[in-house]
Amino acid sequence: MPEKKIRVLVAKPGLDGHDRGAKVIARALRDDGMEVIYTGLRQTPEMIAEAALQEDVDVVGLSILSGAHNALVPQIIQELKDNGQENIVVFLGGIIPEDDIQGLLEQGVHKVYGPGTDTREVCKDIRSAVSAEA
Amino acid sequence: MPAELTSELRKGNRLALSRVLSQIEKGSEKSVRILESLFPFTGQAHKIGITGPPGSGKSTLVNALARQLRTLENHPKVAIIAVDPTSPFSGGAILGDRVRMQDLQGDKGIFIRSMASRGALGGLAAQTEMMSQAFDAAAYEYIIIETVGAGQSEVDIVNLAHTTIVVDVPGMGDDIQSIKAGILEIADILVVNKSDQLGADQSVKHLQNMIAMGYRGLRYAGGKHRLSATMPQKQEEVETTGWVPPVLKTVAFDGTGVDKLADEIVKHGKYLKETGLWTQKAESAITDTLRKLIQSTLYQQWRQTIPDEELEDIIIQVLQRTLHPHQAIKQLLSYNKITRN
Repeated sequence: MPEKKIRVLVAKPGLDGHDRGAKVIARALRDDGMEVIYTGLRQTPEMIAEAALQEDVDVVGLSILSGAHNALVPQIIQELKDNGQENIVVFLGGIIPEDDIQGLLEQGVHKVYGPGTDTREVCKDIRSAVSAEA
Repeated sequence: MPAELTSELRKGNRLALSRVLSQIEKGSEKSVRILESLFPFTGQAHKIGITGPPGSGKSTLVNALARQLRTLENHPKVAIIAVDPTSPFSGGAILGDRVRMQDLQGDKGIFIRSMASRGALGGLAAQTEMMSQAFDAAAYEYIIIETVGAGQSEVDIVNLAHTTIVVDVPGMGDDIQSIKAGILEIADILVVNKSDQLGADQSVKHLQNMIAMGYRGLRYAGGKHRLSATMPQKQEEVETTGWVPPVLKTVAFDGTGVDKLADEIVKHGKYLKETGLWTQKAESAITDTLRKLIQSTLYQQWRQTIPDEELEDIIIQVLQRTLHPHQAIKQLLSYNKITRN
């Protein structure tokens, strides 16, 4: 019986054009044996939820550097719920001020990562979050 | 649960479809039952394969083509299965085809599914065909299957698709490349993409020459991809030869030539149906599927009859060169009989 592959959507919502972080994460997850769907820059919350629906992913990883996280993240989580995918685990990375983190976690984000995060930590967190979900 | 998923899928529930696709990809017990119940509703979709070397613009072309197909009469639903390679080392994959397909995301009549090859060779994944059955049963009229970037012999797509499109780009080698066997041979339609670049016309010429050699006695009207209608003495041959792969120029990035490509696909579909080749292709696809299923089923059955130690022992003997693989197979296959007697 083949092992269950973890499928992750790595998405960049909003208007900032820096996706190096997202690509580094995508590569790290790939090297950890996950299947990573990368969607490119400047995605709207609807586009991200739609991609998550079509790809039936276990995890959505968001990268936001623009400061618009408080506006975008709740919208995305709502869209996922509206589509019947409340079971998806949402991770967030980027430049997120300390003061905003608690609020985002309450909105349903599983964990928030800042600059300098060890990618191995992210892989480990995803694996344990997904196996808890299953 | 499977019965519910099946009926939801048939009703057009896209989340149900997506979950069915995941089950199929996993090869779960559940997916077998789902596929069995969906099977009577399949056989309607026109499956289009797109293959070609990495970086030739397949994803961008699929993006433009899907949009074009949606403008046809009755706005047919379009599914896309995009296959990307799995890393042989980590088992992971980056599926990046969606990056080029962002235009399609607002359209609920288009469903894009990325798929990792998971070790399968031949340009597709093991479950690609079964996934296309799910789309077929969900009333997607066109299913576009984009293979991994293919070299010369990843030709599995031809067993699955009704219409195979091979994408080439200018400057991909001289005319000797175009007479080699393999990927170019399987094309029903040849596309020279990025045709705004230098050397496009030359690439078209090479490909046309290759085709002309394959369809002896036929000539091309200058510059056009259709057979010359002005050669009445060849008319009979034209009829018996059937479909001659057109060579089209496209610039997928801005959509140039994509309308013509869509026309040719529709035309090819009609041609297949009129000549009975549609059924014939379906037949060979089914034969191929059955063969693969038998191989994997028999292998699994056989594998259960042999204890691990026994298999290891024989592998070690082959490793030490005291046993040839042929002899090993003989021993392995007769293992059961020996122990039973």
